[in-house]
Amino acid sequence: MRGVYRPVFYENKKMKQKKKQDKSAADRIFYITTMFCAFLVLVIMCGFFVQLFIHSFPAIKKFGFTFLVSGEWDPVRNIYGAASAIYGTAITTIIAMAIAVPLSFLIALFLVEMAHPVLSRIIGQAIELLAAIPSIIYGMWGLFVFVPFMQNYVGPFLADTLKLKWLPLFQGPCTGFGLLTAGIVLAFMVLPFISAVMRDVFKMVPPVLKESAYGCGATTWEVTFDVTMKYGMQGLLGAVFLGLGRAVGETMAVLFIIGNTPRISASLFESGTTISATLANNFAESSGVFQSVLLELGLVLLAITFLIQIAAQFWLNMVRRKFGGNI
Amino acid sequence: MKRKIFLLSGLASILTAAVATNGAETTINGAGATFPAPVYSSWTYRYKEKTGTRINYQAVGSGAGIAQIKAKTVDFGASDEPLKKEELDKYGMTQFPMLMGGVVPVVNIPGVASGKLQLTPKVLADIFLGKIKKWDDAAITSINSGLKLPSMPITVVYRSDGSGTTWIFTNYLSKISEDWAKGPGNGKSVKWPVGVGGQKNPGVANNVQKISGSIGYVEYTYAFEGKLSCAALQNKAGKFVAPGIESFISAGANADWKNAPGFYMVLTDQPGEKSWPILGVTYILVYKEQKDTVKSREMMKYFNWCYTDEGSKTASTLNYVPIPENVVKMIKDSWKNNVKCDGKSVTE
Repeated sequence: MRGVYRPVFYENKKMKQKKKQDKSAADRIFYITTMFCAFLVLVIMCGFFVQLFIHSFPAIKKFGFTFLVSGEWDPVRNIYGAASAIYGTAITTIIAMAIAVPLSFLIALFLVEMAHPVLSRIIGQAIELLAAIPSIIYGMWGLFVFVPFMQNYVGPFLADTLKLKWLPLFQGPCTGFGLLTAGIVLAFMVLPFISAVMRDVFKMVPPVLKESAYGCGATTWEVTFDVTMKYGMQGLLGAVFLGLGRAVGETMAVLFIIGNTPRISASLFESGTTISATLANNFAESSGVFQSVLLELGLVLLAITFLIQIAAQFWLNMVRRKFGGNI
Repeated sequence: MKRKIFLLSGLASILTAAVATNGAETTINGAGATFPAPVYSSWTYRYKEKTGTRINYQAVGSGAGIAQIKAKTVDFGASDEPLKKEELDKYGMTQFPMLMGGVVPVVNIPGVASGKLQLTPKVLADIFLGKIKKWDDAAITSINSGLKLPSMPITVVYRSDGSGTTWIFTNYLSKISEDWAKGPGNGKSVKWPVGVGGQKNPGVANNVQKISGSIGYVEYTYAFEGKLSCAALQNKAGKFVAPGIESFISAGANADWKNAPGFYMVLTDQPGEKSWPILGVTYILVYKEQKDTVKSREMMKYFNWCYTDEGSKTASTLNYVPIPENVVKMIKDSWKNNVKCDGKSVTE
């Protein structure tokens, strides 16, 4: 605060020597502070793993590896398996990504390449707003609006109008609650994230690249696939993984609409459960082995997220090697 | 830099001052069951208005309430599932009943007026076991001769979160059905053979309203407030009774509290012609050895107030059953002997 009231040139001349010393000390403090903050992340991360592991140890000891493959969930007799929760997490995430990724790609493309700048700005704002909505709102909307819609229109449409009843995927009555509903709502939730990032990726493609491609007589379609997409491949994949991360761990919205049944069923109309929904449902009333089981489920979720992260890094590196030199 | 530090310290002193003024009045913390939460929140509000003593009640669930009182992070715990005497002794705690409330089956069947459906214990259990799959099943139509039941699949709705309400409901099913006792059993969450789960009482109520052909169970207040259609149940005496405050009181009246060590009492499947068969009791847990004289006195004063006419009236308007007077007397006697601070009783 010393230099605030002094003219700049005065400080420059007279205090040069002193400032140099100050700077090196300040630099060191700054370095240590930033390093400390960075290490804090590492410590918290490791702390999570260690704590979860310690507290889930009774469950690991009791059930061993079968915990991961068993679909049994009987709190009265204290027999638990994570398979149904892992299955539900996987299925809802797959549905969400299958819907959200292509849609986001098209949205981002339209906004950057085709839309009028004013329209692009309005829709862009709307997407960012959509991303800021808390997940509980999606859950409430899902429960009060989307579940009846699924029950009355989408379910009968898929099963009867499109005559897909014979598929194991669309068997049984559609109560509106279930894996399909949860997957679709999840898609709506991750859509703004993915499309916002994809839009920024498309924007970062140097105009000169696109212009030269257009100059060579390429169509919008060709420019998009051969220039924009390849140039931004890393960013696009990053956007996908960002959405994936959110979809895997999403709790509140899913909790309301998935039906919360620890069961594995082929039909997407059936209710199921996810890891995070199981945790949220049971944590308050848990004790003893049951609590340990829930913590182990948390550990499983953390491990899944960790694996996704590693896979993402690995894939990004591959893409960098493959496309990096092309443009 | 200095200015920032100054600002920070200023902020800190303001914060500490705020905390200090808050501490001037007694605050009592409790946590636990969600089943009686509507009454508890109404009670704490009224009590604060009347005496200035603040009671914080977190409706986090019975299990969490028990865990928190064991960890001594709260002054009292609340649970729908009574603790056994051995466990109470192990932790040096005492428990007493605070309220009673009915758990009722709610249905959504198109064309069936509210309260018209009658169910026997066996049929109820078979529906929740998934053995009876349609509303026009002969087992249901034979006991509902005046009703036109649609040929519609039954969707069972249950509590997805672990809950005292589920404990009470499955306790009843285990008592009346051997298949249920051997199968899913009695617990705060069980392995439901069929159905979909809803989050807490409002979630179940909402799911039942949304899914036509569904049946679920909720705490009576939620059925009453949500204007859900309740089913009449056949009680132990063989009579069909509708849920309501009278049939709840009748079920509570026959309980033999004198021979219940630690007030351990489960009021399902009680005798009496007018008795509603699924009644739950909700409990308060406190330590026998209290640390803080002022605080423990204030806390017991509050519980004392809950049993007064004023407290009971609040409970009744919310369709909960107050504890009968003779039982209250027994509870107060047990306080005198059990709840102490420095060896002295903290109740008058």
